[in-house]
Amino acid sequence: MSETKALESMIGEEYKYGFNTDVEYEDFPKGINEDVVRLISEKKDEPEWMTEFRLKAYRAWTEMEEPSWFNATYEKPKFDKLQYYSAPKNKPKLNSLDEVDPNIRETYEKLGIPLEEQKMLAGVAVDAVFDSVSIFTTFKEKLAEAGVIFCSISEAVREHPELVKKYMGSVVPVRDNFYAALNSAVFSDGSFCYVPKDTICPMELSTYFRINNMNSGQFERTLIIAEENSHVSYLEGCTAPMYDEHQLHAAVVELIAMDNAEIKYSTIQNWYSGDEDGRGGIYNFVTKRGACRGKNSKISWTQLETGSAVTLKYPSVILQGDNSVGEFYSVAVTNKRQQADTGTKMIHLGKNTKSTIISKGISAGNSDNSYRGQVKISKKADNARNYSQCDSMLIGQTCGAHTFPYIESANPTGKVEHEATTSRVGEEQIFYLQQRGLSEDDAISLIVNGFCKEVLKELPMEFAVEANKLLGIKLEGSVG
Amino acid sequence: MLEIKDLHVEVEGEGIEILKGVNLTVNKGEIHAIMGPNGSGKSTLAKIVAGHPEYEVSKGDIMYNGESILEMDPDERAHAGVFLAFQYPVEVPGVTNNTLLRESYNTIAASRGREELDPLEFDDYLRDKLELVDMNPDFLERSVNAGFSGGEKKRNEIFQMAVLEPTLSLLDETDSGLDIDALRIVADGINKLHGEDDAVVLITHYQRLLNYIVPDHVHVMIGGKIVKSGGKELAIELEEKGYDWLETHATVNGEAK
Repeated sequence: MSETKALESMIGEEYKYGFNTDVEYEDFPKGINEDVVRLISEKKDEPEWMTEFRLKAYRAWTEMEEPSWFNATYEKPKFDKLQYYSAPKNKPKLNSLDEVDPNIRETYEKLGIPLEEQKMLAGVAVDAVFDSVSIFTTFKEKLAEAGVIFCSISEAVREHPELVKKYMGSVVPVRDNFYAALNSAVFSDGSFCYVPKDTICPMELSTYFRINNMNSGQFERTLIIAEENSHVSYLEGCTAPMYDEHQLHAAVVELIAMDNAEIKYSTIQNWYSGDEDGRGGIYNFVTKRGACRGKNSKISWTQLETGSAVTLKYPSVILQGDNSVGEFYSVAVTNKRQQADTGTKMIHLGKNTKSTIISKGISAGNSDNSYRGQVKISKKADNARNYSQCDSMLIGQTCGAHTFPYIESANPTGKVEHEATTSRVGEEQIFYLQQRGLSEDDAISLIVNGFCKEVLKELPMEFAVEANKLLGIKLEGSVG
Repeated sequence: MLEIKDLHVEVEGEGIEILKGVNLTVNKGEIHAIMGPNGSGKSTLAKIVAGHPEYEVSKGDIMYNGESILEMDPDERAHAGVFLAFQYPVEVPGVTNNTLLRESYNTIAASRGREELDPLEFDDYLRDKLELVDMNPDFLERSVNAGFSGGEKKRNEIFQMAVLEPTLSLLDETDSGLDIDALRIVADGINKLHGEDDAVVLITHYQRLLNYIVPDHVHVMIGGKIVKSGGKELAIELEEKGYDWLETHATVNGEAK
């Protein structure tokens, strides 16, 4: 259908980030066993306790089964063929940008992520992860002045072991699920952020993940801790080259918010999604969870998911502290043969806890887009409230949209509201806008923009432009 | 300005003929009214001139300013000055009237080599136009047609017409769903917008609208054809006699051919 074609040209047809960078890699054996896990730990100069953490996770993983309860079919990753660690040969223990491999720097330039601080978006600190290792973190000093620690997770293991030891695995236990266990065993790099008490992080933090090596999986680990009365906003962006083979991305993200703390976590996910026939593309199997440990704490997830061949992802919040707030704002776009099964879990444990879920699914081509969400109100969570809104938009006749809400309430004072709608971008709607002078592309763009508006406005300003570019959407209301 | 020649139109892919040889000429500065019973093809005629993809021209031609527009996309026709006020205006949730109008205005302006307006200039421009259809400025921040009453939707169409300043306006049953006050406001707006350089084609069931907007020509459409044309007095005759006498006429004509 013509409207599908227009959408493709908008989001799918040309994947601008599909190039690969020619860098020399360190040798590393393929496949996985205890020796490989130890070797990863060794490569990263890790202390004994970290190695033990990995081994424990690896042993747990070998006893677990790959899940299959979701609404997606795909060829299982060949775990014995994967390379679990991939680092460019110039080992980046860098003090200045001049030491970064020029090819890698160029890669980030091409992606529109200049690492030179003066060229950076005002007030955004960047950690750049290339395959398995963090390449460079910008604005470290300025952040340190405010007392904020922002570095790669490898560095945190070395420099701040007490924090890592205390919090890693405390929100997502190593046995949590198959892919979280695998990640815990082999995680390579990722970002670490610690915001001390009474501190507002002075700038947006962000990490750009890039999978370059064809046969490597990416297993990054992110840990963010916001102490009492602190505030931090964090954004991650993801791209990968186009290969015919599927690549595995299995990340774990843990967020911890203490009393009155707030964490805002935004994702713009644009991994390569595969071609028309479903060849290639990233398997995006990610465990993201936040714990509102303190009273009046707040964790907010905002995601714009446009890439990946298969996405299984449920950023969740455990609302432990009384009066804590959890939010999930999501736009998931699928096209071609993409499959996305994504949503959230809001687990209400504390009193007067509140959660909001706004999910917008847009399916086109031959894709399948499912929302799966769980709202659980425990016995002690008096006066817990949830509001969920799940809207699906279909473009064309050959795509699918599904909604799987699970609601469990063990407390009679809990209030749960769920609303769902499904609409189709119709010929009549497009004709109407074309009659007003807009091209077909612009018409679809405007319709999609309107549909996602509630979610897009949750993204940090600095990234709104990027989000819009990604959706091919023109921002409206630039004045007022 | 508009010349429709022996136009035959089918529903795309279904082979059902809806227009069966329509001829119509509309000149600059004129107002035409097309009347007729339900299902006679009036709305189809308006949509096909605007380029609706659901229909297919099997025979004949549509000339606009001397050139055939059959191969033009709907947006290209809009750029050329064709405007359709929809019988059932479409809702676009999340997109404000202001946003749509600015996009439309600037797209059309760019296509004609005119200067685009920035948001502040555009805001000033809109204020004047709002008065024409007596609309509250709050309305600009509401989503396009979402949650509008039937009357508001119709007024919005005329407001869009005022903003986009088309040269050929096709108004498809703009009067239906309007109470008498709204009808007067809308009709006033149309009268003010109409001048010697543009043309208006009104599609309506009722003579009522024509008390406020006086047409130069009235056409009666039945069974996919224009069966009778005349001056404004024809509308009054129709109001009295209905369409029955013409339907017989149409059949006789049809058989005679």
